[in-house]
Amino acid sequence: MSSVAIERALAVRCRALTKTYGAGVNAVQALRGIDLDVLQGEMSLLVGPSGCGKTTLISLIAGILDRSGGECEVLGQDLARLGDRERAAWRGRNVGFVFQALNLVPTLTAAENVAIPLMILGARYDAALLRAGAMLERVGLGGRERSLPGSLSGGQQQRIAIARALVHEPRLVVCDEPTSALDHETGHKVMELLREVAAREDRALIVVTHDARIFSFADRIAHMDDGHVDRIETPTRS
Amino acid sequence: MIRIALRMLIGDRMKYIGLVAGLAFAALLITQQGSIFAGYTLRSGSWIRDTAQADLWIMDPQVSFTEDRKAMLDSSLLRVRGIEGIEWAVPMYKAYVQCRLQDGTRVIVRLVGIDDATLTGGPPLMLEGTLDALKQDRGVLVDGIDVDDGLRLDHASDAEGPRALRVGDRLDINEHETVVVGIYGRTTEFFWDPVIYTTYSRALRMAPPERKQLTFVLAKVKRGFDAQEVAARITASTGLRADTSDQFEQRSMDYILSKTGILVNFGITIGLGFVIGVLISGQLLYNFILENQRAFAAMKAMGADNWMLLRMVFAQVLLAAFVGFGIGVGVAAASGAVFEGTKLAFMMAWQVPVFGGLAILVCSLLAALISIQRVLRLEPAIVFKG
Repeated sequence: MSSVAIERALAVRCRALTKTYGAGVNAVQALRGIDLDVLQGEMSLLVGPSGCGKTTLISLIAGILDRSGGECEVLGQDLARLGDRERAAWRGRNVGFVFQALNLVPTLTAAENVAIPLMILGARYDAALLRAGAMLERVGLGGRERSLPGSLSGGQQQRIAIARALVHEPRLVVCDEPTSALDHETGHKVMELLREVAAREDRALIVVTHDARIFSFADRIAHMDDGHVDRIETPTRS
Repeated sequence: MIRIALRMLIGDRMKYIGLVAGLAFAALLITQQGSIFAGYTLRSGSWIRDTAQADLWIMDPQVSFTEDRKAMLDSSLLRVRGIEGIEWAVPMYKAYVQCRLQDGTRVIVRLVGIDDATLTGGPPLMLEGTLDALKQDRGVLVDGIDVDDGLRLDHASDAEGPRALRVGDRLDINEHETVVVGIYGRTTEFFWDPVIYTTYSRALRMAPPERKQLTFVLAKVKRGFDAQEVAARITASTGLRADTSDQFEQRSMDYILSKTGILVNFGITIGLGFVIGVLISGQLLYNFILENQRAFAAMKAMGADNWMLLRMVFAQVLLAAFVGFGIGVGVAAASGAVFEGTKLAFMMAWQVPVFGGLAILVCSLLAALISIQRVLRLEPAIVFKG
């Protein structure tokens, strides 16, 4: 770890984290004791083969799955201590999501899609749309507020998803394969955008990816295999 | 988020239109059939309402409805007149009799005999001639509204085509020749046989001989007396039943509903409308939720709790219910206007849209309940699946 990283606060701290799906003979152990630290102000990549537990790990970190054992503190909060409603509210305030399948609502405009996290937090429709418009401007989609996702390109849809993940100023952003459906150039632009718009001293970015082309964007890379973190590397960025 | 929910639904045009159409169809069935049912049941009291002069209807205790003839002794009239609180009381005869028109057509009619002296109990409206004309020898009044139901001459003469009866036409009632002296108008009734009015004494002459011939006594209650109390006094004193007009109307309506199966028939249609509404809207809403489950799951992941998602689904279904109900009731009302003046009974009393609205509300809430299970069980973690 670099000395700069050591000075930064911990966004995520996992120790001996386990997750088992099912029970008895049908039990499947997805995570077998994960130790992982994610620092604020950094972009961390979770990489590894399919089925190695990357998605389960970010689901636990983002508070949408319950752990089976171990410890996991996210932004200073042990999520296991929160009830369902409290945890949903915590996610709403603190986590931004960029899903692999984007999960944009096709019948809503770009601005309305981006405004959803704000309205979940209680913002009024018009005010939320105003902020969403500003966020779309920041990701380079100014003037496309009223466009439906279906009328936009894959890269533009990805930008909407990124705007939606950031519009409510979350302290943790979780991205699942953000470049998997994009060509090299668009994927590169998306990662640049993430680094440019999302990176902040008090914000941590966790990106799950297979895409080795984007490893150079990471501050640290956690290599996973069979429910473990095998090694963590801190690449030197060019 | 409610606005987002509504935009989600309206944006999916086919689902939205399908959902609204399903609920509109259910609303149409429920309110249209409900209005027709209300119209028919209301018609069961038309004759009583048309005979508006009387406060009380006195009859044999076994009489169940307006056409139920269980006659009383003529002396009953005098006994009623003797009751304290009665201002006046007049006799009325009513029975089904055979009638032959001058072209030979034979028709079953309801013959009503009203008080010779006062002509109380006569029809509510004269279209031609006057009520007093009944005092002419052999005079009868015939219905000028519902001429298609029997009292029309199909072969009046070689020169004329089919036509309604006119003043001066002759008809035989139980082999007694009578003359039409007036044409009257009335409210359409539940029962369809034509009604012919004549005087009480003439009606008795035309009727088959019976020991008891008095069908009803119509009575007016003196000012200052309570009709219910006077009715109770009549019953206590004579053993006869005395109903106010409202009571008699209700009794007739209850009898018709219980004996004809009309309630069951309309109930089945209205019930089918309800079931169709639940099935169509439930199916379409369920599909809508299914197609949008990833969006709902993403919202869950982004912090929306179940309560918020429930409100969204309810808002969607209530919008569809509101619009669907409006369209359904509108079309039902329009169909009522189209059928106005025909034999179809259509009466959209305020209770019908209120009942229809509640039915559609329940219908849509049931549809929402079917779909909500899906939303409640949604795991937000599915959003990470490709």
